[in-house]
Amino acid sequence: MTPSCPPSTAEAGWLRRRGGEIALWLAVPLAVALFLPEYYLLATHVAALGLFALSLDLLVGYAGLLSLGHAMFFGIGAYTAGLLAVHGWGEPISGLLIAALVAGLLGLITSFAVLRVQHLAQLMVTLGFGLLVFEAANRARWLTGGDDGLQGMVVSPVLGMFEFDLFGQTAFFYTFVVLALCFIVATRIIDSPFGLTLEGLRENPKRMAAIGTPTAARLRQAYVFAAIFAGIAGALMAQTSQFVALETLSFGLSAEVLIMLLLGGAGHRYGGLVGAAVFVIARDLLSDLNPQYWQFGVGGVMVLVVLFAPGGVLGILRSLRQRLMPVARTSTTKAVPATPATKGGTA
Amino acid sequence: MLAILLTVLFDGLAYGMLLFLISIGLSVTMGMMGFVNLAHGAFAMFGGYVATTLMQRAGVPFLVTLPVAFAVVALASIVVERLLYQRLYRRGPLDQVLFTVGLTFMSVAGITWFYGPSQQPVVLPAFLQGQVNLLGLEVGIFRLFLVAVGLLVAAAVVLGVERTRFGAKIRAAVDNPVMATGLGINVGGVFALTFAIGSGLAGLGGALGIQILGLTPAFPLKYLVLFLIVVSVGGLGSVGGALLAACVVGVIDMMTKYFLPEIGSFIIYAVMVALLMWRPHGLLGKKS
Repeated sequence: MTPSCPPSTAEAGWLRRRGGEIALWLAVPLAVALFLPEYYLLATHVAALGLFALSLDLLVGYAGLLSLGHAMFFGIGAYTAGLLAVHGWGEPISGLLIAALVAGLLGLITSFAVLRVQHLAQLMVTLGFGLLVFEAANRARWLTGGDDGLQGMVVSPVLGMFEFDLFGQTAFFYTFVVLALCFIVATRIIDSPFGLTLEGLRENPKRMAAIGTPTAARLRQAYVFAAIFAGIAGALMAQTSQFVALETLSFGLSAEVLIMLLLGGAGHRYGGLVGAAVFVIARDLLSDLNPQYWQFGVGGVMVLVVLFAPGGVLGILRSLRQRLMPVARTSTTKAVPATPATKGGTA
Repeated sequence: MLAILLTVLFDGLAYGMLLFLISIGLSVTMGMMGFVNLAHGAFAMFGGYVATTLMQRAGVPFLVTLPVAFAVVALASIVVERLLYQRLYRRGPLDQVLFTVGLTFMSVAGITWFYGPSQQPVVLPAFLQGQVNLLGLEVGIFRLFLVAVGLLVAAAVVLGVERTRFGAKIRAAVDNPVMATGLGINVGGVFALTFAIGSGLAGLGGALGIQILGLTPAFPLKYLVLFLIVVSVGGLGSVGGALLAACVVGVIDMMTKYFLPEIGSFIIYAVMVALLMWRPHGLLGKKS
């Protein structure tokens, strides 16, 4: 992959490349506000979990690392924002930033251990750290409320103007704007030489090391970025629901976010968002009927996705588009930089 | 105090034997084909439900249900392997994780649908109940039975792998599948049979463990982490490693539950992370 990416291209080209995306990002909240105001809560959920899945995508889809403990960062962000709000620091935006900082620090500390090992050991070490943090939060009842969850959060209005209302309108727009900002940052990261380095490391770590890439440092940076985004997602979830459940740290959530990502399509910026939307909406619909339907259904979908649609939802869309418009291929590959034909995790 | 300590140690060993029985198949198949089979716990659960169904519906005695559980699960696993798993050997570990977790979810939901979410009962025959005095130590007969079965299976597996022709094929396939194929070994066939035996042992472990591990539809998810700890700490594909790791995990887990309940599972996870930092390929695993 030659560096045919953004910085050198002209300003007009930028609008042409991103125009459709910008329109999409403006249309979605408008559509929710106009047509589905009773679903603000669900949409907020999708946005926060979408950001969480996006953060995992940086690791799994782009850098080719494995993680079964990503909920650790989500939960630590949620508890940081939650504890701040319980103890009188209700200002949400600074709460987000502090949560991001704490999650990033935890990411930095654990990254040294996680990157020492590979394959199964890497899965197990991430899983182990996740379980350790979960157990710690579970035992520290005096601080976290244990398995009753953290209650009594008081969150101030956003920017001192928009109070969190009963209908979840403020919560939704707040979450959505933060998601959009994080998405822009993530896009810049992915399109940067650093992002291309990560993809190179995913495809062939030995060759990247041979051409002089500081392998461990780059992966560590990716790990910290992912932790920061996950922490912000967790903090958003805590602030908008004004409650932190112990499950935000659980292995179950780590597995769920991986499912969301692979369902949507790993290694693609929109994979996590699409996956989170499909997952959360389907759970909302099916769990109402019967929890077993949901569990059986999600299991069945996972099996079918792996067997017949390894690229997830976005993989299906991409192959459909290529089949319908074979001529347009050259322009699309240019517009969407770095769409891996094979999925991540070939490590 | 010493008596309590020894009793807990013994209980931990019995618990470790169950973990060994269930995990050994996972260790060998993961070491052989590099296939991350997170649905392995579902095979163990399946064995448990086969046993409990036979006991409750047909009045089959406990000891007879054990070989039946082994055989049924082994046969079922061959079907699953040939139909589904073998399509995924060339895929990345993430696809395998997603697929097998999906299968686990389906089996959990399916079992809940048929049996309900509650704990399944088990009636042990009279001669396996009660306590016996062993060298001045009061131990449960059933736990003694578990340790005996575990050691017997471990010996059989070690001898089978080390001394038989089929075992030599397994070792060759684990060490170097390409070379093994070149020597005319049917690696796929060897794998299918090994997979069936490993799954059968998991089924046996599930049936034996109803009393100690409990049997609910949540079984595969509840114990998955412990099985994975045993496999990764022991070293992929290593029978001795799995036995050692299972005993260590069993004893540590039992000790913390007895003496340090407030710390909970903290210690076992910390030990696992530390051991993997020290030996990333497991205690007795080989460097790949």
